[in-house]
Amino acid sequence: MPTVNLNKNELEKLAGKKLSIDKLKDRISMLGTDLEDIKGNEIIVEVFPDRPDMLSEQGFARAFSSFIGVKKGLREYKAKKSNYNLIIDDSVKNIRPFTSCAIVKNLKFDGEKIKQVIQIQEKLHVGYGRNRKKCAIGIYPLEKIKFPIHYRALEPEKIIFTPLESKREMNGNEILEKHPAGKEYGHLLKEKNKFPVFVDAGNNILSMPPIINSENTGKITGKTKEIFIEVSGFDYNVVSKCLSIIVCSLIDMKGIAYEIELKYGNKKITSPSLKPESMKIDINYANKILGLNLRENDIKNYLERMGYDYSKGKVIIPCYRTDIMHQADIIEDIAIAYGYENFKEEIPNVSTLGSEDESEKFKRKIKDILIGFGYLECNSYNLISGDVLNKMEIKMNNIKVLNPVNIDYNTLRSWMIPSLMKILSENKHHEYPQKIFEAGTAFEKEESENLGLLSCHANANFTEVKQILDYMFNALGLKYNLEEAEHDSFIKGRAGMIKCNGKKMGYIGELHPKIITNFNLELPVAGFEINLSELSKLVIQY
Amino acid sequence: MKEVAESLSPLERKIFPLIKDNISLNELIDKSRLKEVEVIRALQWLENKELINVRKESKEIIEIDSNGRKILKEDLPEKRFLKSILNKELSLNEIIEKAKLDKDELNAALGLLKRNSCIILGNKIKITEAGKKYLNDNRIEDFLKKLPLDKNKADKILYNELKGRKELIKENLVKDRISDLTSKGRELQKLNLKDDYIESLTINVIKNKEWVNKKFRRYDININVPKVYPGKKHFVNEALDYARRIWLEMGFKEMKGNIIQTAFWNFDALYTSQDHSVREMQDTFYLKEKGRLPDKEIVNKVRAAHENGWNTGSKGWQYKWNPEEAMKKVLRTHTTCLSAQTLSKLKKEELPAKFFSVGRCYRNETLDFSHLFEFNQTEGIVVDENANLRHLMGYLREFATKMGFPKVRFRPAYFPYTEPSLEGDVYDPVHKKWIEFIAAGIFRPEVTKPLLGKDVPVLAWGPGIDRIITAAYNIKDIRDIYKNDLKQLRESKMWLK
Repeated sequence: MPTVNLNKNELEKLAGKKLSIDKLKDRISMLGTDLEDIKGNEIIVEVFPDRPDMLSEQGFARAFSSFIGVKKGLREYKAKKSNYNLIIDDSVKNIRPFTSCAIVKNLKFDGEKIKQVIQIQEKLHVGYGRNRKKCAIGIYPLEKIKFPIHYRALEPEKIIFTPLESKREMNGNEILEKHPAGKEYGHLLKEKNKFPVFVDAGNNILSMPPIINSENTGKITGKTKEIFIEVSGFDYNVVSKCLSIIVCSLIDMKGIAYEIELKYGNKKITSPSLKPESMKIDINYANKILGLNLRENDIKNYLERMGYDYSKGKVIIPCYRTDIMHQADIIEDIAIAYGYENFKEEIPNVSTLGSEDESEKFKRKIKDILIGFGYLECNSYNLISGDVLNKMEIKMNNIKVLNPVNIDYNTLRSWMIPSLMKILSENKHHEYPQKIFEAGTAFEKEESENLGLLSCHANANFTEVKQILDYMFNALGLKYNLEEAEHDSFIKGRAGMIKCNGKKMGYIGELHPKIITNFNLELPVAGFEINLSELSKLVIQY
Repeated sequence: MKEVAESLSPLERKIFPLIKDNISLNELIDKSRLKEVEVIRALQWLENKELINVRKESKEIIEIDSNGRKILKEDLPEKRFLKSILNKELSLNEIIEKAKLDKDELNAALGLLKRNSCIILGNKIKITEAGKKYLNDNRIEDFLKKLPLDKNKADKILYNELKGRKELIKENLVKDRISDLTSKGRELQKLNLKDDYIESLTINVIKNKEWVNKKFRRYDININVPKVYPGKKHFVNEALDYARRIWLEMGFKEMKGNIIQTAFWNFDALYTSQDHSVREMQDTFYLKEKGRLPDKEIVNKVRAAHENGWNTGSKGWQYKWNPEEAMKKVLRTHTTCLSAQTLSKLKKEELPAKFFSVGRCYRNETLDFSHLFEFNQTEGIVVDENANLRHLMGYLREFATKMGFPKVRFRPAYFPYTEPSLEGDVYDPVHKKWIEFIAAGIFRPEVTKPLLGKDVPVLAWGPGIDRIITAAYNIKDIRDIYKNDLKQLRESKMWLK
């Protein structure tokens, strides 16, 4: 989960109230975030991924102060009119088609503030921006830029500028190959024949999104007071929302925002869009879902505690909220404001009949028989190493998973006995006889519940496991027969295919000494494997 | 004292009279003609009855070695040397032949005889008076014949002399048990220990009524007996069965389904947008092949819910939904995919309905003490026109109480497919802290309506079952759940809930 680092003093100032640590902890957690750590004056809070607007000190404090009742209701965010223009060229259409931009003036980037701005940018990149894939943010000192700006795509060879943190000019390809940011995010531009750039009226390249800004025109410092911000991506709504989140935080830092007119061909869009949206709310529906009897006035009050306004059946939603898709999202916020701790729990008088899955019942009965024979139940992963399966010396079409993090567990087991052999090989230092079984899932062509059983001791043999098989089938009221099987995991002439009603159910036999040696064991092993899913079908018919 | 006498087993009865102070194990073995294990066992029992004290001592014992044994058979090489020239002076080669000396023996004999002036060297070698005396000296043979011998009791000078010679003797560290009688033991030895107690209750004892006139030998009922282990269920399955029982008690019906699922059921049907990070390869196990999507009708509704909210009243995710992405096969990341399938099959006249599932789920994660890539999940849903958030909390408290955690608190949470969502913490009275226990919420209309055809509240929750197991069994490293250490499994305590 994403986290945000907050300065406790700053938070108190912004939220407008001082709270004891315990109260702070409690309120933060009841707002739906989680206080992860307090280090001196620094508070680290986990924020749910649907609330990117809370990933800055300002955004968090904004939500928090409403929630604790200090500053309730919708805040007004506005951008002033201006003459700034930005022209979006057709050439970006198939590359990175959208951008949304703003100007913010009157900023003071002293040490703490500049850190905050970088934090917002990074957190938005990682979460909401899906590592710059969905949207990427660029911030530039306004004094170095001449409007109008063009957003266009150029051949990489024609893109020549000095990227941030670099001492020399590079072209687009060189940046991808050599610059650290290029190496990290270059894959986002791979297979494109042109790369997107922002170019100002002086023909200076400001940046090559979503990779890197220019060292000359795209570096903000403690002295920067006025900035140009752009967000680029693949969906206008997404980039516009992302821009709103940053601009609102900058306004909370006492910045003054100015509009930019975006020219998409003949279409003109004014950006940033800080206007609140509205959504209808059905108060009956809200009460039904929450199990409450809230009146319109209560609803209004709770909505204001979550930073909304309410007017005549409509909820006014601040522009920085990205997560409101359905009134259900608003209803949850009402519940949070009402306080999860204040709900009266109730178990409704609804009668339904419980029932267990038949296969689970069957499995338990089989297990009880084996436990009665003194066998110990084991429990292993369905994912196993392909090497373990290979030790059985038979070829099967094992199902592999694509790029597993743990290479030792890369294959779904096709039968149970390999897992059990592995267990025996890891328990050589413990007392014998070792008699074990496992009923679990195996993946041979189809998924099935399988039973594997092994007996390992100095005199382990075919007879002893066949006795168990005999008893089991008898107890189930079934008859089985064994057909001599050619199975390389077992000793030839001591292996049988178990058949019931003409259907293959599994194998029984003495494990071949080669297999025993493959698993580094020294004692004889005998056992069987049965497909319980198939077997249970025969039993349930009776 | 009489009871003690009656409780002596046949083995003890044989050994006890032989015991005197400072007697060694070997002596007892010799005298009793019992096997070593039997004597040791008897000593242990006698010690338990406080009749004797047993000290464990280790002693260095001198034993005869290969050349030593040879000498006892064939005489010492230097003596053979001397004997060959006793009556006639001989050349060295003649001596070698006559005395049958190999090279080693010759060198040893020559050196020793010269040192002790037993011979005079020349073309022909002559025996001296000292040599003749040496022939009559049997100290070495006598020493060898007495072996094995406690090193402390051996002649030091001779011992050192023989130790210098090749493989005549060797030393061995032997652990011994020395027994002494206690005062109680001394007293018991004064009694006449009759031997005609009944040891085992045999068929004959019963049939012939032998027990009428004889007494049974008393057992030491507090004696330690060898451990035995039964077959038994794995403790994780005990816990899962316990959860299953709770669901059943609460009137839930079990759902079963495959571990391999299409992304459609695992993600899309649960309104997880196709660019959501949980769908990435670093988080989810994908398989190579693709699966089939269900009925077109359901697919289209789900697609519409993603793209524009369909008729759920939602705006949707506002992107173009890709069926190829939904066809990818995954190892299910939660059992919620089963709930989605159940909703898609549920008929309106079957409401209200409650379902649960228990099963393995997967996350492509590095294995460490607190993370498993394969874990257990159990969860339930309540599909009820009248259900609400207060009911959800009621069910959760009931469930947690049945699980053994009556103290519960709720706080907001986020899950992509529920709204409102909540997290239930329970108070762990043993470790005295709140633990995150249960994830819950009401399915979003974007999930429910496409699957069920109607916006009915669906309450859903799942406890972190592996967490409860680790707490109940005090497991610090979550990997131990699948360790399958047979000793640990044999000795694991019972699931008492």
